[in-house]
Amino acid sequence: MSDIAVEARKACKQFGQGDAAVHALNDVSVQIRKGEFFTLLGPSGCGKTTLLRMIAGFETPTSGAIFLDGQDITNLPPNKRLVNTVFQSYALFPHLTVAQNIGFGLEMQGKPKAEVAATTDRMLALVRLEAMAGRKTSQLSGGQQQRVALARALAPKPKVLLLDEPLSALDLKLRKEMQIELKRLQTETGITFIFVTHDQEEALTMSDRIAVMSAGKINQIGGPRDIYTRPANRFVASFIGETNFLSATAAGGKVTLSAGGTIDAAGADGRNGAVTVAIRPEQLRMVAPQDDGALAATIRNLVYFGTDTHYYLALADGSEVVVRLQSQTADVPGLEPGAKVGLRFVPGAAQILGD
Amino acid sequence: MSMTLEDHSEKETTRRNWLLSAPALVILIIAAAGPLLIMLVYSFLSPGDYGNVIWKFSTKGWVQILVERDIFDDTLSFADAHLSIFWRSIKLSIITTILTFAVGFPTAWFIATRDAKSRAIWLFLITIPFWTNLLIRTFAINQVIRNEGLLNTMLLNLGLISAPLQITYTDTAVLIGMVYVYLPLMVLPLYGALDRFDMRLLEAAYDLYASRWTTLRRVIMPIVKPGIVAGSILVFIPCLGAYVTPRILGGGKLMMIGNFIELQFGQGRNWPLGAALSIALLVIVTVALVFYVRAVNGEKTHG
Repeated sequence: MSDIAVEARKACKQFGQGDAAVHALNDVSVQIRKGEFFTLLGPSGCGKTTLLRMIAGFETPTSGAIFLDGQDITNLPPNKRLVNTVFQSYALFPHLTVAQNIGFGLEMQGKPKAEVAATTDRMLALVRLEAMAGRKTSQLSGGQQQRVALARALAPKPKVLLLDEPLSALDLKLRKEMQIELKRLQTETGITFIFVTHDQEEALTMSDRIAVMSAGKINQIGGPRDIYTRPANRFVASFIGETNFLSATAAGGKVTLSAGGTIDAAGADGRNGAVTVAIRPEQLRMVAPQDDGALAATIRNLVYFGTDTHYYLALADGSEVVVRLQSQTADVPGLEPGAKVGLRFVPGAAQILGD
Repeated sequence: MSMTLEDHSEKETTRRNWLLSAPALVILIIAAAGPLLIMLVYSFLSPGDYGNVIWKFSTKGWVQILVERDIFDDTLSFADAHLSIFWRSIKLSIITTILTFAVGFPTAWFIATRDAKSRAIWLFLITIPFWTNLLIRTFAINQVIRNEGLLNTMLLNLGLISAPLQITYTDTAVLIGMVYVYLPLMVLPLYGALDRFDMRLLEAAYDLYASRWTTLRRVIMPIVKPGIVAGSILVFIPCLGAYVTPRILGGGKLMMIGNFIELQFGQGRNWPLGAALSIALLVIVTVALVFYVRAVNGEKTHG
């Protein structure tokens, strides 16, 4: 129990009343462990930001409760919670210098001047902005502002740091740098990070655990590998990475694809009737068309992505699948549009999904 | 060599800029500097018997601001009446500025936090009083606060008072009138500043353990300071020169500088004194503004 930093218990949030009511959060329960990098991942409007704002104190749940370190903080105002937020817009104080921004929280906590100054200096060093201490925040670049926002939120040493899509305003290169930077800060400070994003790659690369959300509910909680290789449902499978969905019929532990052929798939036991089989593009192999047990397929199109090449294949029943292969230095003979190929599933990779 | 070329082109640009602003400069000189100059010259002339001035140099106008000559025995005495008029004007203007801010800030905040559509309606309502003549508005205020007026009738009927409150012809009446008249001039610049204020900073402040009061003092106020300065100036200056409001609500006995100046040009038939008073008022306003802006900008946040 004591290793849980934040817990949401049956949290609901409803905006509006009656027919116009919107359920931003629908009975969400989650436990976030101390010191972990936890990501709330989902498309916009899935409730991830609402949950974050609830933990910060900017929203009160319509029903349910929020716990911080085992204490019920559901009705505590934001300024009474040992939780800090890095805002999407950074929300830096434009009338204060970088150092004053970072020291703001400590000063509000009534810390003595010397301590504020010392902690501010430490934070400036942590985010490598010592040279900028006296600047106004408007004189900083986007990445620097981001780091000030981080330092400002970390300075009061919160129990939990909330990050609301903090990297969305940065360009790709800077975003990659900040991803590494964030991970470093989290390891160095040991503070629990709760990170909100709609970017699945960001979530996979940084998180210890991810909660995938849609329509106000958590679909799945697990480590990046769990979520990627064993998605709990169709939504998770399609939201994280690319996936082929194939219609099939299950009977007695065996799965027969509509496109012909029988395969082994995880989750087939005890299922009967129409099911959906999910398989990642990199878990498909193209073989010679006459190969034993291979599905007959025709290459429709191929797209070169640099490190790998995507082949778009049509199966016998007309359904389309994507196969991802590592690119070769030249086009592989026999793998051009119009060519007939055989298709094999990597053993153990296919999975039957619930909806 | 290239330096001289650059210098040359810079000179050229400067000359063109001056030329382009010439029309504005001409209007400024004629409309602003011209009348001021006339007043300055008049203040150093002698008063005519039936108003106007006699073209004879005299510093009497200026001396009379501070010193009064007794009309019977020609003795000189300190013109404390004049100074008390100046003092009352400054005092009432400062109080009016503070009161309009106290009322105007919540009003502007209220409007700035509405949605875009109702904001337009609220701003429209704020500006509606400008559509009516100042004189009529002031008489309307008089109708409300006079002894047999709306306010006293209501309070009497409610049994809250047993005799009507004497509000008209007091400083309170002048204050009520000026606050009412100049409130929009405070609300509009404050609204302008609050409208640009990023409300997300409030969440940042709460998140960083600031209370509501501290957020107001340490985050909102410093950021909307330009609006506060502009509003204060826009209210303070016309208050100092107010004429209609003290005339009607103060009953002509409780004078402010504006009324006193008018008196010199009218019944007083002492144009040089009136001109000297006007210039003195201008100087006071300028000095006050310089000090005010200095003070506001000088109190840099210490840590």
